[in-house]
Amino acid sequence: MNILGDLINSMIMFGVPLLLVALGGMFTERGGVINIALEGVMIIGGLAACLFLRAADLGGWGQSAPQLAMLLAILVAGAVGILFSLLLAFAAINLKADQVIGGTALNIFAPAFAIILTWAIQGQGQTTINLPKWLRIGRVVTENDGFLYRVLFKNFYLTTIVAVVLFILAIVVLYKTRFGLRLRSCGEHPSAADSVGINVYKMRYAGTAISGFLAGIGGLAFTVAAGSGFVATVAGYGFLALAVMIFGNWKPLNILGAALFFSLFKVVGSYASSIAFLPHFTGVSNSQYIYQMLPYVVTMVVLVFTSKKSRAPKSEGIPYDKGQR
Amino acid sequence: MSRFREKILGAGPLSIVSSLISIVIGLLFGCALLFILKPAAAPHGIVSMLTAGFSAPEKFAKVLYQAAPLIMTGLSVGFAFKTGLFNIGASGQYTVGACLALICGIVLKMPWWAGLIASMIGGAVWGAFPGVLKAYFNVNEVITSIMFNWIGLFAVNLVLSNIPSVLANYYGAANADRTAALAAANKSAIIPNLGLDKVLNSNYMNISVFLAAILAIVMYIILNKTVFGYELKACGHNRNASIYAGINARRNIVLSMIISGALSGIAGGLYYLAGTGQYTIDKNLLQMGFNGIPVALLATSNPVGTIFTGMFISYIQVGGDAMQPEFAVENITVIVSVIIYLSAFALLMRNVISRPLLRRSGLKTAEEHEDDGRPSGGGLLPKSDSEGEVTGQ
Repeated sequence: MNILGDLINSMIMFGVPLLLVALGGMFTERGGVINIALEGVMIIGGLAACLFLRAADLGGWGQSAPQLAMLLAILVAGAVGILFSLLLAFAAINLKADQVIGGTALNIFAPAFAIILTWAIQGQGQTTINLPKWLRIGRVVTENDGFLYRVLFKNFYLTTIVAVVLFILAIVVLYKTRFGLRLRSCGEHPSAADSVGINVYKMRYAGTAISGFLAGIGGLAFTVAAGSGFVATVAGYGFLALAVMIFGNWKPLNILGAALFFSLFKVVGSYASSIAFLPHFTGVSNSQYIYQMLPYVVTMVVLVFTSKKSRAPKSEGIPYDKGQR
Repeated sequence: MSRFREKILGAGPLSIVSSLISIVIGLLFGCALLFILKPAAAPHGIVSMLTAGFSAPEKFAKVLYQAAPLIMTGLSVGFAFKTGLFNIGASGQYTVGACLALICGIVLKMPWWAGLIASMIGGAVWGAFPGVLKAYFNVNEVITSIMFNWIGLFAVNLVLSNIPSVLANYYGAANADRTAALAAANKSAIIPNLGLDKVLNSNYMNISVFLAAILAIVMYIILNKTVFGYELKACGHNRNASIYAGINARRNIVLSMIISGALSGIAGGLYYLAGTGQYTIDKNLLQMGFNGIPVALLATSNPVGTIFTGMFISYIQVGGDAMQPEFAVENITVIVSVIIYLSAFALLMRNVISRPLLRRSGLKTAEEHEDDGRPSGGGLLPKSDSEGEVTGQ
C-alpha cells in the first residue's frame, strides 16, 4: 500500500511538468507557432529558478520565508522562460524563419549554456545546483502515516498548487476570453483573423510568450520532481510534453489526462523493481532499460492510434506573411 | 559582366556567403562569451579554438576522423530536408548502426566492410519507422524520430549489455560498461588506413573521411541526376503538386527516411569501426546525430557542401577540446547553436545580401531561385503538413 501511495505521489510530481509544458505547447500551437524549443525553455527556466533558490539559500532569507522564495522562484522561471522563448518568436514571426530549426537551435543552446553558467558561478566541474532542503511543504513522511497523507505529502511543492491554478486559468483563457478566441483564430486561419483587424503577429508573440512562461515553470517543476538538484537537463520531458499535447489533441482537459497517463508509465519504470506483479526480467542484465524504454514505446503506439483523428491547428508552423493574403 | 554577376548571385554562391556570415557571427558570439567568462584566459582560448585543428598533423588527423561521421549525419539530415522531412532522429539511427557494426565486428568476427553494411541496414531500419508512421499514420516525423532516439538508445544498451562476448571485460579489460576494443577482439574489423596513419602520425587516421566524401558525391548524383532524386525533391517542394503529377508521395517519404537513416547508420559504423572509440553504455543520447543538423544546414542540404561543413564543425570541435580546461567544450556547442539559429533565417539573409546588387542588374532574388536547398520558400516542412493527410496512393 505504501508503494502505491508513493507511486501515485510520483505520478503527480512528474505529471505536473508534463501538464504545464504541454499546456504551453498548446498555447503556441493554437496561435500557429510550433515551439519545439520547449525542452530548451524548460532547462533555462529551471536554471534561472535554481540559481535564484541557491541565492535565497545562501542569503539566508529563504529559510525564513520558504514558500515566498519558492513563489518568487516560480515567477523567475516563468519570466526567464518568456525571455528565452521570445528568441524563437522573433525568428519565427518577424524573420519568418523555419520554426523547427529555430527551436532546435534553442534546444542545443540551453543545456550547453546551463553548464557554462553553472560552472561560472559554482566553479569548474560543479554541474549540479543543489536544491535547498526547506522547499518542501509538510513534514517528511513516516511509516505511520495514512495512505492519503502519503499520496499528498510524500513529496509536495508549491509547483503542484501553482500547476492546478494555471491549468484552470488556461481553460478559462483559451475558451472564455476574447484573447483565447483570437489566439485560436490565428492558428487556424491567420489571414481571416487579420482581415477582421486582429494583429496576427501580436497574438503569435503572446502565444509563444505564454508557452515560455509555462515551460519555464515546468522546468522548475521537473527539477523538484527529479529531486537530485539541477543538472542542466530535463531528460527529454520537453519532447514528451509535445507528444502529450498531440495525444491530448490540443485541448486542456485531454492534455491533463494524457500528462497523468504518461507520467504513470514513466514512474512505473522507476518503481518496477519494488512492484510485485510486474515482471522483473531476472537474468537480463541492465533490465532497467526495458522500463525506461516503456514511456516512449507507449507514446509511439498511442500516437499511431490517435493521430488519424488528431486535429492540429491548421496553420501551425507556417510563418504568417501579410503579403500572401 | 552581367553573366558574371548572375553567377555570383546564383543560389550556390549566395548560400555559401550566407553560411559564412552565420559562421562568423557565431564565432564572434563565442569569442565574446569567452571574454565574459574569463577575460584573462580568453585570448589564449580563442587562439586554440581557431587554430588547434591545423596546429599539428595529429590534430588534423583528429579533425578528419571526426569529420567522417559528421559528414554522414549531415548527409542524412540534409537528404531528409530535401524531401521536406526533418530527421532529428539521426542520433538513434547512428546508435543502432553502431550497435550492429560492433556486433558484426566483435562477435561475428566479420571484416570492416561487412560491419559498415550492417550499420547501414541498422540505420535504415531505424529510419524506416518514422517514415512509415509519417506516410501511413500521419504522425509527425519530428516527434517520432525523437521518441525513436530514446527507444534506440535504450534498446542498444539492453542488447549490448546482454551479449557478454561484445563487452570489453570478455577480452580481459576491466570494464563491462563498454564494448571491446577492436584491436583486442578482431583486427580485421578496423577500417583500413592504407598507411595514412604514418603520414599524419596518428592512429585516428583512416580512409573513413574519403568514404564519406565518396558517399556525399553519390548522394549528389542521386538527388540531382536521377528521376528518383527529382521525385524526392518534388515531394519536398510541394507534396500535393507531386501527387497530382503522379508521384507516389507515401513511397517517397518512406524511401527518403530509409536512405536518410542508412546514412546515419553508416556514420555510427565509421566512428566505432575506426578502432579508437568504444561504445559506452550510458543513458545519454549520442550528440553526433544532432551535430549533423548544423552540418546539413550550413551546407543548405547540398551533399557536396556537406563535406566542407562537416570538416568545419569537426575543426571547431577539435578547437574546443584544445580550450580545456580553461573553458568547457560546451562553449563550442553554444557557438554551433548560434550558427543554427542564424541559418534558420538564412533565406532572409540571402535576400538581404543579394538585394542591393540585384537592384542594379535586375536579376531574380534568392527567393525565386529554385534549388536553394529548401523546399517551399523557407519552410522546411511542406505546407501541406499542417493538414497532415498524405493523400494519393
